Amino acid sequence: MITTTQTTPLTPAQQKRKIVLAHGGGGQLTDELIDSIVLPRLGNQVLTDLLDSAVLNQNGRQFAMTTDSFVVQPLFFPGADIGRLAVCGTINDLAVSGAKPMGLSLGMILAEGLEKKVLEQVIDSIAQAANEAGVQIVTGDTKVVGSHQADGIYLTTTGVGLIDKPNQLHPEKVQPGDVIIINGPIADHGLAVMLAREMPQVESVLKSDAAPLNHLIESVTSQTDGVVFMRDPTRSGVTGVVVELAQRSNYHIILNESNLPLRPETQHAADMLGLDPLEVANEGKVIMVVRGKEEKKVLDLLNQHPLGKEACVIGHVESDKDAICELHTIMGGQRILQKPYGEQLPRIC
Amino acid sequence: MKTRTINIQEALDRLQTAAKQLERPVTFMEVCGTHTMSAFRCGLHSLMPENVTLLSGPGCPVCVTSQGDIDLLIEVTVKNNVTLCTYGDMMRVPGQLGSLEQARSHGADVQVIYSAMDAMQLAQQHPEKEVVFAAIGFETTTPPTAVAVTEAKKLGLKNFTVLVSHKLVIPAMTALLEGVDVNVDGFLCPGHVSVIIGSEVYRPIVDKYKKRCVISGFEDVHMTAALARITEQARDNQILLENLYPQAVTPKGNQVALDLIFKIFEPADMSWRGLTQLPKSGLKLRKEYEDFDAELRFGLVSRETPEPAGCRCGDVITGRCQPDECKLFSKVCTPVHPIGPCMVSSEGTCQAWFKYHQPQSRLRKKVAL
Repeated sequence: MITTTQTTPLTPAQQKRKIVLAHGGGGQLTDELIDSIVLPRLGNQVLTDLLDSAVLNQNGRQFAMTTDSFVVQPLFFPGADIGRLAVCGTINDLAVSGAKPMGLSLGMILAEGLEKKVLEQVIDSIAQAANEAGVQIVTGDTKVVGSHQADGIYLTTTGVGLIDKPNQLHPEKVQPGDVIIINGPIADHGLAVMLAREMPQVESVLKSDAAPLNHLIESVTSQTDGVVFMRDPTRSGVTGVVVELAQRSNYHIILNESNLPLRPETQHAADMLGLDPLEVANEGKVIMVVRGKEEKKVLDLLNQHPLGKEACVIGHVESDKDAICELHTIMGGQRILQKPYGEQLPRIC
Repeated sequence: MKTRTINIQEALDRLQTAAKQLERPVTFMEVCGTHTMSAFRCGLHSLMPENVTLLSGPGCPVCVTSQGDIDLLIEVTVKNNVTLCTYGDMMRVPGQLGSLEQARSHGADVQVIYSAMDAMQLAQQHPEKEVVFAAIGFETTTPPTAVAVTEAKKLGLKNFTVLVSHKLVIPAMTALLEGVDVNVDGFLCPGHVSVIIGSEVYRPIVDKYKKRCVISGFEDVHMTAALARITEQARDNQILLENLYPQAVTPKGNQVALDLIFKIFEPADMSWRGLTQLPKSGLKLRKEYEDFDAELRFGLVSRETPEPAGCRCGDVITGRCQPDECKLFSKVCTPVHPIGPCMVSSEGTCQAWFKYHQPQSRLRKKVAL
């Protein structure tokens, strides 16, 4: 009854020959893939900077360009869906690069057999999110593949934006005394999706935070030049952003766990799934590095916007040049933060 | 938040006070992966008095699984064309045929699940698939496996089996104490496991082996309080069994869960990483349930296979060495390219060290609470 396929043991080289899921997790393994395969073949001055958007210079003006693909399962989850995510992800990558979005493209790969009703819902959601961001979908592409070749819908959005204040934002501008600000509670998106996927029977009030941040960010950057770097903590979460910031600025960064905004229901979900909220994805959050003297002004501006009501300072940059990010825990202990490896694997007990 | 901080501060003060009054340095061991991770996550090690050491023992289910059992798991996946359901932590543990993650990239059907019932239901919904559940873990993960097997028998499923590697905590602690080269002054006993097995089962460790046992919950404040209490015992030359998690742990444990476990399983000799074969330290399916035994279904034979060359995971989980005393640690063995299981599991001591523990010199001076 049992079919037995005799397979010879894989040599270590063979074992590592193929792509594994974690290569797409946005962690260290993704970095390794980009560094070993992509950059050696395609690397150039713009790409190699590996920022959220490429910055392109044309006749003295700066444009930002960015692209992102979305393969989330389930397609719909509390607070958002793949369509809303596809708009917010790309808008936010433009916004954290200091760019005003000019237009978005939409690439769709649909699996044969997909209900048209589902597609309509996703497109409605794209329209709604684009409307919130004040941007239009200006070009697109549609492909259909066999029902077993894709999982429902895959989306790719590309965005182009104009940078109002050129050369304002870069990790190398970070200095000791700068403070690190976030616009609200962390980890809601990743945990809402994980709960919907892994424990659909669990009822929770947890919702994805997916939201376009361009208006919020512009409300700050149009009023002050105190913001020196921004990034949206998506995959790899807050940890991924601050660890990279420490590495690229070469300074010592301290995060205070007791200042990190985290809803109790999010903490519960993280405990249940065995995940560290610091490493979980957000889709409506921005981390800003701000000159110390502008801290109050930036917080006041953020607090005036609905998406920044719970903004607060979560850390600061110190003068030691060791490129380390350190967490001061609630109980007063300290530990180093490191970028996660790849996909977050649930613990077993 | 404020009340919690004050409680932690009180516990820390008690720990510091008791430590100052100790006549000699003391070493305690926790035997629970969740404790390992919780301690590192909250920065407990950075707040420990110099003369109090907390070691991680054989508490991470992935780490204590013998290399032979890991190879068996990967072998059944690769060679027998089954759908393997596993808890996530097992995905990246290297075996002779590669890891499950790599097997999946070569086309094997490997699914990460959160509960044994998920695996059973997959078998129920897909009669065309041969589903094997990798059942690992201590007394906490055993009852769900028992429920899944009971249900599968009720439903008469012919395509669901379990590769059992469930282990029991007390025999491991006893084996450690029977060893000549492991010296600890007491144990922080695992809260979750004790919910099932109760507090009284630790009595022989206190009475016969003269080791302190303090049962602790998992939050920073629980662990600090337990550490303070066990240090106070050492200061006062007391050797006691104390339950600091009484809201969840009773003297006799959860009888319903225990009955369920032993209805389906019976004690069996089991191989452990770092401890070799220990008598009656694991579980196997009882004869009435052997139709669900993957080893019998697929004619699998567990072999003693050597641990990866140079890997000291076995010494790490028995408190014989700290992770940075292993020559592979952080050089060739990292979370991205792990050699041993302790670097793979999020509860593994090596990964916790790699991720969270750095020499104090690399950290800034402590901040006042």
